[in-house]
Amino acid sequence: MPTHSVLFPVLLAAAGLWAQTPKYGVGRAPSPEEIRALGIIVAPDGTGLPEGSGTAIEGREVFSSRCAKCHGAKGEGGDAPALAGGQGTLNTPKPRKTVGSFWPYAPTLWDYIHRAMPFHEPGQLSHSQVYAVVAYILHLNGIAGEKQVMNAKTLPKVRMPNRNGFVADPRPDVGRIQK
Amino acid sequence: MKKNQPSSRRRLLQLGAALGGGLAARQESARAEESDRRLGKPLSAYGERSPFEKSGRSVRLTKTPEAGSSGTPLGDSYGILTPSALHYERHHSGVPNIDPARHRLVIHGMVERPLILTIEEIKRLPSVSRIYVVECGGNSGGEWGPKTGSDAQRSYGLASCSEWTGVPLSLLMAETGVRPGASWILAEGADACRMQRSIPLAKAIEDILLAYGQNGEPIRPEQGYPLRLIVPGWEGATHVKWLQRLKVTGQPHMTRDETARYSDLMPDGKARLFTFVMEAKSVVTFPSGGQKLNGAGLYEITGLAWSGRGRIERVEVTTDGGRSWRNAQLQEPRLRIAFTRFRLPWTWDGRQAVLASRATDESGYVQPSKQALIEVRGLNSGYHFNGIKLWKVQADGSVTNADA
Repeated sequence: MPTHSVLFPVLLAAAGLWAQTPKYGVGRAPSPEEIRALGIIVAPDGTGLPEGSGTAIEGREVFSSRCAKCHGAKGEGGDAPALAGGQGTLNTPKPRKTVGSFWPYAPTLWDYIHRAMPFHEPGQLSHSQVYAVVAYILHLNGIAGEKQVMNAKTLPKVRMPNRNGFVADPRPDVGRIQK
Repeated sequence: MKKNQPSSRRRLLQLGAALGGGLAARQESARAEESDRRLGKPLSAYGERSPFEKSGRSVRLTKTPEAGSSGTPLGDSYGILTPSALHYERHHSGVPNIDPARHRLVIHGMVERPLILTIEEIKRLPSVSRIYVVECGGNSGGEWGPKTGSDAQRSYGLASCSEWTGVPLSLLMAETGVRPGASWILAEGADACRMQRSIPLAKAIEDILLAYGQNGEPIRPEQGYPLRLIVPGWEGATHVKWLQRLKVTGQPHMTRDETARYSDLMPDGKARLFTFVMEAKSVVTFPSGGQKLNGAGLYEITGLAWSGRGRIERVEVTTDGGRSWRNAQLQEPRLRIAFTRFRLPWTWDGRQAVLASRATDESGYVQPSKQALIEVRGLNSGYHFNGIKLWKVQADGSVTNADA
């Protein structure tokens, strides 16, 4: 994972200023309910994952009625991107970037489906339905067994095949520097 | 002078009619005169452009028109500002219809004092106005392939430049305070997909704006009404629109739109993460693809240059496919991270010519060729294409894309 250690001196320099009391006093403190109402935020280590659970067997049903129309019955893709397959293709001339071949973190998958899917009616799936769909997509990719239960405890432990497939931005990498 | 013309023409026509010129001619002239002198439209509350002007964003209709992009017609542009109505679009789940009276921004997470703010409260804070270009990380993505874009709009048009007005985010971060260990913010939109991007906190201190104004009026719905981030010089997706929350965190959240998307896959199979900055880029907007030169002679070559790293220092233009380059004139003032308009007079000899521009920014970075980019990044990185764009002027004056 890329580090941004170069940024921290800036933060430290600003820390003194930030410790002060508010200068303008606008707004007010939100209630816990107001923050909750905005919805769940899930970190890559699984922090924020809610209660609920599901398996690939349960997920297959949800997937076929809510996801397959665009993503294909087995996540092979259609009007929407492929979700399965592609492992071992990233360094070939025709890489196929899917959940199984490309996504680095499993909790991120729960987050995205919960937040943004299905495309035409985001936010409509229950937490357990999302776990089930996640389990099914992981199963389609050979990452999880059919009966493996996905929940807030188990999902963060799933090791995605491309977990170490990302590097920090080295740019400028192309383009002459004219002094 | 002009004022006298109708009356002298009328006298002539009257003479003609007297000489038996006919009723039809007389009616014809009366109508022409009417259109010259008819009262114009009355006052109006919100202006429209001339009905003769048809330039628009390049909307591609797909099965999911709520998720996609439409480009700014750069080839029709003057100066450096993009009209708000022509600012490029990139939406992930459509344009929400937000009542500003009901909209709130929540700042929470690793802060000393979480805040909930109305738009009205945000507007009470000390504000600034800055002219910045915003460019989609996927702009010119089609240029990686063998078939380059046929015109400036469809190949380089996911970049637009506006004056943005709002509150420095650093000011609000000082209001909330941050806890030790805070290093990132997660920004979230109020669109259907709740678009989320992680941004290093240091950038927030540096120059991020919480913008509510665009080109002198409230930001357009397509651009994030009533509140969006402006993250100067960084890829467009970080400028989260319809902003509803900022969560201060100790780590990036690795959301789908910063890992599975907006990361750059290299030939070795590794993908670059958090490729934020948009590097120096330029494009000739006249003559450019789809336009036509009306015979040999004098023309003004013009175009736009910009860099996420600051000011544009130099733009060179070639008319012979890169064999020789001349410095173009840069329109002052040259603003940091904004469009810079360049111009160069050119006498076209009527023969086939290949035109291109090459920008250098204040960091000394020189815009590379497409080939140089591909040599390092291969053909599948998708995002952040900033290569030199070639246009071919054919002998008949028509202009097309040119593949080197």
